[in-house]
Amino acid sequence: MRRIKALFVTGVLLMFGAAAMASEAEIVVLPIDRAKFLAGQRFDLEVEFRGASANEIGLLIDGRDASEFFGKEPVVKKSGTLSSFRFNDVALTKAGEITAEAKAKVGGKEYVKSVRYTVVPPQEQKARNVILFIGDGMGLASRQIARILSKGVTEGKYDGLLEMELLQDGTALINTSGYDSLVTDSANSASAYATGHKSVVNAMGVYENSDPDPLTHPKVENITELVKRARGMSVGLVTTSNITDATPAAMVAHTRRRAEQNFIAGEMAKADVILGGGSQQFLPRSVAGSKRADDRDLIEEFKAEGYAFAANRAGLAAAKGERVLGLFGLDNMNVYLDREILKDPEVLGGFTDQPTLMEMTKHAIDILSKNENGFFLMVEGACIDKQLHSMDWERSAYDTIEFDKAIGVAREFAANDGSTLIITTADHSHGISILGTYHERDGKTGREAVRTYAESIFPTFSDSNGDGFPENPAPDVTLAIGYANHPDYYEDFKFHAKPVSPAIMSGDVAVGNTARAPRGALYIGNIPANESSEVHTADDVPLSAAGPGADYFRGVMDNTEVFFGIVRALGIDPAQK
Amino acid sequence: MLKTHITMREAAPWPLLSKYKIGQAILLIFLSLNRLHAPAAWAAGAGALQFNEMYDSVSSLGITLSDKLKSLEGEVVAMEGFMAPPLKPTLDFFVLTRVPMSICPFCSSDANWPYDIVMVRLDKSVTSLPFDRPIRVEGRLELGSEIDEETGFVSVVRIRATRIQEARK
Repeated sequence: MRRIKALFVTGVLLMFGAAAMASEAEIVVLPIDRAKFLAGQRFDLEVEFRGASANEIGLLIDGRDASEFFGKEPVVKKSGTLSSFRFNDVALTKAGEITAEAKAKVGGKEYVKSVRYTVVPPQEQKARNVILFIGDGMGLASRQIARILSKGVTEGKYDGLLEMELLQDGTALINTSGYDSLVTDSANSASAYATGHKSVVNAMGVYENSDPDPLTHPKVENITELVKRARGMSVGLVTTSNITDATPAAMVAHTRRRAEQNFIAGEMAKADVILGGGSQQFLPRSVAGSKRADDRDLIEEFKAEGYAFAANRAGLAAAKGERVLGLFGLDNMNVYLDREILKDPEVLGGFTDQPTLMEMTKHAIDILSKNENGFFLMVEGACIDKQLHSMDWERSAYDTIEFDKAIGVAREFAANDGSTLIITTADHSHGISILGTYHERDGKTGREAVRTYAESIFPTFSDSNGDGFPENPAPDVTLAIGYANHPDYYEDFKFHAKPVSPAIMSGDVAVGNTARAPRGALYIGNIPANESSEVHTADDVPLSAAGPGADYFRGVMDNTEVFFGIVRALGIDPAQK
Repeated sequence: MLKTHITMREAAPWPLLSKYKIGQAILLIFLSLNRLHAPAAWAAGAGALQFNEMYDSVSSLGITLSDKLKSLEGEVVAMEGFMAPPLKPTLDFFVLTRVPMSICPFCSSDANWPYDIVMVRLDKSVTSLPFDRPIRVEGRLELGSEIDEETGFVSVVRIRATRIQEARK
């Protein structure tokens, strides 16, 4: 094994280093302390020394020199007061606890940073398939609102439970924070589910180093790469947002910046069935409607790789074969209420033939289940979140019901298949709560018509055709929903026939949009004034699971444990193949 | 002491990406348009163009420009819409939208602009315009895909503005 000899830098550089040391210098080891790995999971291990010019840095793993431990040499970089070295694409293969100790020397002073990792062994296989349902932003209140609208409540007892609430082999509360901050975003949280590692806001499949290039941060192998590499499973991604948006993207891509959607579109080829919105990231820039900065025609590239392409519901029905790319909008798909019930041409903007999440889920399962090695499918109810950002709880609720119906499709498949683990959870919460109900039967309006305690008579949503979706989103007695965190906005507790922004930018501050509630009351915002939408909260989110391996989920768990529950159920052993 | 010392070699500095920050809306934009708030003296014959007249069809495979839009290429047109918060502080263009924009860094990144937008190029300059009230833009219509080198913003429909003012309701 070749050793790198110490090379002492010049006195000038040492003086420079000593001067820079006035500010705080630190060693950062990535992955971070207390990171947990599946034995054999690939990752990049990087040590950065920040804030001073180091003349030597090094790393010991369980007391052994890291180069010797991994059997390879690191990539070394130095720029000003930042030094780093990195072992690309390595793995910890032995289960147990492991210590990594990094040291740096600046002149005569030594800095030390020690981190501990946990490596868990592969388990015996319990399930052939895993379907992970992510209700984006679907906190406890979202589930309950959907239950009230879809199932009804009579004399205080619910007239039924949601499909997701019938997943009862495993139940847990999930903590959602990333390693940088209490409140997460969808990239960071989906990344925890996909890799078993926390990341930072706007990042997926990576730990954050100091490099401004978003595509070079140290990576962690994700579930798609693992199940393909270790078992040759099929992978499907289904969503109602841009398919390149954070949640589906985190299942396949590695980037510090979720906005790198041109890049993410190409990474989608790691999956076999890709259904959602967002063709704008796949069309060459010469085509009107494209959001690509280059001339690549990804739809044609996917076709050349054997994908059947579908541009609408009819196309999806006809898309057969082992691989399908279905893009049903230039941007995010419309929400269920607009797509299936209201059908306002101005809102749909020409996209009048979009499939439902149920149809997409069914189609994905039909194709993926042909692989005898099994499949991993992620289905996202994306606009549950987007509509809560817009403070439109009704549109969010109908998408939660649609998401729930898609879970029903999976439950039906799993009942016949007998070897499928279904997991349903959210990636983070939103600040909504059920205040009571709202009606104007006695002539009261606005806050005076918000009915609390004994006045909160049951809402009058009705679902006469029994499809689970109330025909009228604005019944006589509706829910009174409150938002805990919001910009300045106007409130009248009424349904909006067309989507409307709660606040709009005026200079660098968001002002309440009077169009939301022309005669409503102004509620002064309680978050920074430059924020124009309701935002995520740090609340824990519920998880429900059923099928082989669902018993893993109990009590209060970190979001990274969702990944470990998945690989445990599948019995994935990265050392195989 | 470490068994192995890894020598820090001098390496080229990491490249700095020129990424602008969206949401960095600025309060005032400086257009030196003459008599911005003066009574409009719109060019005679400026073709009025509505947002809903721009496209014939829209699908996942792209947008087809309408005959009306194509017939106005190179002509002076007038459009009403909303000025989106600018993408960058050095203003040589802004985006005209059908409805006022609410910028959410996680749900409306630059990648998520609505498709029915018009890029408004500015040759000259000054004064502030509101983002929350309709404005009227007059200028020569340009069509065809173009990319703004600095921001990466891709546009298909552009107006080279000669006159901009608040729309009177």
